[in-house]
Amino acid sequence: MLDIKDILAGNQNAGARMIRLVEDRDPLAHTLLKALYPHAGHAFIIGITGSPGVGKSSLIDGLITEFRRLDKRVAVIACDPSSPVSGGAILGDRLRMQRHAADENVFIRSMASRGQKGGLSRAAKDAALVLDAMGYPIIIIETAGAGQTEVDVADMAHSVGIVTIPGAGDGIQAIKAGILETGDVFIVNKSDRPDSEAAVFELNMMLGLRPPSKDGWKPVVLQTQALDGTGVKELARVFLSHFDFLRQEGRLEKKQIKIESRYFQSLVRDLALEKIMAGLETSKGFQEALKKIRLREIDPVTAAESVMDNIRVLNNDTKYHC
Amino acid sequence: METKQKIRILIAKPGLDGHDKGAKVVALALRDAGMEVIYSGLHQTLDQIIQSATQESVDVIGLSIMSGAHLPICQKLMAMMREKGLVHAKLTVGGVIPHQDIPKLKEIGVAAVFPGGTSFEDIINGINNLFE
Repeated sequence: MLDIKDILAGNQNAGARMIRLVEDRDPLAHTLLKALYPHAGHAFIIGITGSPGVGKSSLIDGLITEFRRLDKRVAVIACDPSSPVSGGAILGDRLRMQRHAADENVFIRSMASRGQKGGLSRAAKDAALVLDAMGYPIIIIETAGAGQTEVDVADMAHSVGIVTIPGAGDGIQAIKAGILETGDVFIVNKSDRPDSEAAVFELNMMLGLRPPSKDGWKPVVLQTQALDGTGVKELARVFLSHFDFLRQEGRLEKKQIKIESRYFQSLVRDLALEKIMAGLETSKGFQEALKKIRLREIDPVTAAESVMDNIRVLNNDTKYHC
Repeated sequence: METKQKIRILIAKPGLDGHDKGAKVVALALRDAGMEVIYSGLHQTLDQIIQSATQESVDVIGLSIMSGAHLPICQKLMAMMREKGLVHAKLTVGGVIPHQDIPKLKEIGVAAVFPGGTSFEDIINGINNLFE
């Protein structure tokens, strides 16, 4: 039986099993998360994102080394996609960090997206809460590839590092993907490759065109070579200095409120969606509307609007009148 | 919503032998069977394997061993699993395993053995059957 005392004491076995419950959406996870919540809120959360193959995992491996040198315990949540066909996944980020596997002050956990919309961010967020409550002062969340998860990570991290490589695309790519707005630290990895300086120049130029962050943080562009460690020490220093910056003048508090607000909203949204959708498909109104849609007597948008107009969400009950 | 719980499995190669094609191919087959496979690579120490299995809260540890040292490795790992409270995870082994060693491995506590030549189907079924 899982005891939250063991989790709070930092027991890895207990923490890992708790994260498993979170992932599997076990009902017990909710009870335990509620109990853990008051004990969390101390960790500095770093998000690392970027396209596949740019070296995120290897950079994190180097960051772990640097943070350990400063005697800080580190936890990593490494996210990879699930196969949309089989639902299975190969979780290989850990492979790059395996030299830390026997260090008891490092906790690395791989996570698969499991194809649930928004599921990964929810599970990763809850896993971060568990690791936070376990007392890890630094938590690094790695996300795969491009898309919504990147934005989601920005919603839950205090500091976001965006990794790219020389020759990965011109400035238009960067504006198009919208990644410039979410990053606090930009990393040009594999900087021994040609055109690394050009990539830095381009990033700096694009960042110069970005409206300044509300809190006054000036994004940093760095060059690294994750495999031999060049620039990684500096990267660790920049993340820590960003944390120091946030801790001044109430910036962290503001950021925290923003993070909690988004999370709170997403929870309410999930619950609302669950309540509204439960029983919708089998309801009489839905079936009648569907028939009309199929006969082209009514269009789906009007039908959906009328469903929404007629929903009354009661305390424990949702009724459909249409 | 999925009703069946996902099986999480750690694929690891202990010791010095450097052939991981087999482990990788099996990892892919297991992924295609819907499992979540944590691939931890070559040259793993038993400490690393235990730590990885703990942190990843896996249901199965799958060792690939071709060095002939499967008996002592499994014996030691089983003892370490008990010591570290990894009571939920099951140990399985594949690779170059002589058939006469299979009963010995089972006796040590290994849940399933997949010697060279086992089909993907048998490996997948063998692992799924551990949770029936």
